[in-house]
Amino acid sequence: MSTHQLDATGLLCPLPVIRTQDRVATLRQGDVLSVHCTDPGALLDIPAWCRIHGHELLSTQESEEEVLICIRVRK
Amino acid sequence: MLAARVMQDQGLHVEGLNFFTGFCVEGHTHAIRSNPNRKPRRNNALWVAEQLGIPLHIVDVIEEYKSVLLRPHHGYGANLNPCLDCKTFMVGKALEWMQAHDFDFIITGEVLGQRPMSQRRDTFPVVARESGANDRLLRPLCAQLQPPTLPEREGWVDREQLYGFSGRTRKPQIALARQLGIEDYAQPAGGCCFLTDAAYSRKLRDLWQSRAERDYELDDIMLLKVGRHLRPKPHLKVIVARDAGETRYLRGYRKRFTYLDMTSHNGPLTLVEGERGDADVELAARIAARFGQGREAKSVSFQFVSRGGIERELQVAPFTVDEVLGDWYL
Repeated sequence: MSTHQLDATGLLCPLPVIRTQDRVATLRQGDVLSVHCTDPGALLDIPAWCRIHGHELLSTQESEEEVLICIRVRK
Repeated sequence: MLAARVMQDQGLHVEGLNFFTGFCVEGHTHAIRSNPNRKPRRNNALWVAEQLGIPLHIVDVIEEYKSVLLRPHHGYGANLNPCLDCKTFMVGKALEWMQAHDFDFIITGEVLGQRPMSQRRDTFPVVARESGANDRLLRPLCAQLQPPTLPEREGWVDREQLYGFSGRTRKPQIALARQLGIEDYAQPAGGCCFLTDAAYSRKLRDLWQSRAERDYELDDIMLLKVGRHLRPKPHLKVIVARDAGETRYLRGYRKRFTYLDMTSHNGPLTLVEGERGDADVELAARIAARFGQGREAKSVSFQFVSRGGIERELQVAPFTVDEVLGDWYL
């Protein structure tokens, strides 16, 4: 199990979801992925994508500059 | 949503595909503009998939889509919408996905006569044939008006439980949704692609004309969705944000453009492209000043930053409303 970072800053929906989806496809069960975004829409879309595909949403954080979404890969 | 649900109700396993061309009205465009009164932003494809309980795969086709838009075999619709080529391309991509993931056939939510270019009796077979999907392409909502496809002939799908919808009215679909207990749904088909929009198409044509080249990058087509676009001289383009959300978005482009940041008043960020000297910068600034809170002031100040990173202060008199000529707007 390992932790990974994904920089999706500057991208607008649905690109953060696409990048997350493509990155998760390369990870293993139990890995944690932290997705850094600037599009606040990702706060809805990435959790929705996780629910659809059965991945675990660990946390979301929103600051002035960035949205950080942490997920645990479930396969 | 309806087509997928109809298949699910026949006991079939369905997965969703959503292709992102860069021209989709969905998602990112909702994220840019400030609007506190709008319903919560949602990606409709994800939302529909969640309602149906099916996996959704969002596929980035931005690069591949260029050849569809730039060289459409069947031409454009009313604007720069290459609908028939687009549908053929997407069904072809779905076919690739189907084969790679061991699925049996493709469904779409198309209805005969719903759209003027890609959903006609004579163009339905073109999409099936040119995509390579042939009779593995099933349109459940109007299947009874079409010859039986492979899934129907093989008995994978019961043709009697499919539909024969046609025409532009959405009433049969709305009635079916109600019958299936679906009360909330995304906007009806159509209107989800910027290429069908006259104003957007005009801006895209202007981009190609100004560069003397029919090509684009993702950033180019995203920018065309944001701000007021004005071309006061053939070589000079000015993009003025329309609200705080767009200003925030345009800030991401500051390294690629000369820009003007209003300092004396609240006002939008302005990107400038093609300026050839101080007169062009002043012209751009006077336009930009028109759209800030200092529009009635004698002088408005800007921080001007060239594309090369050179900074200076700039004061200009805002244009009056009549001085911003109508034909400058793209």
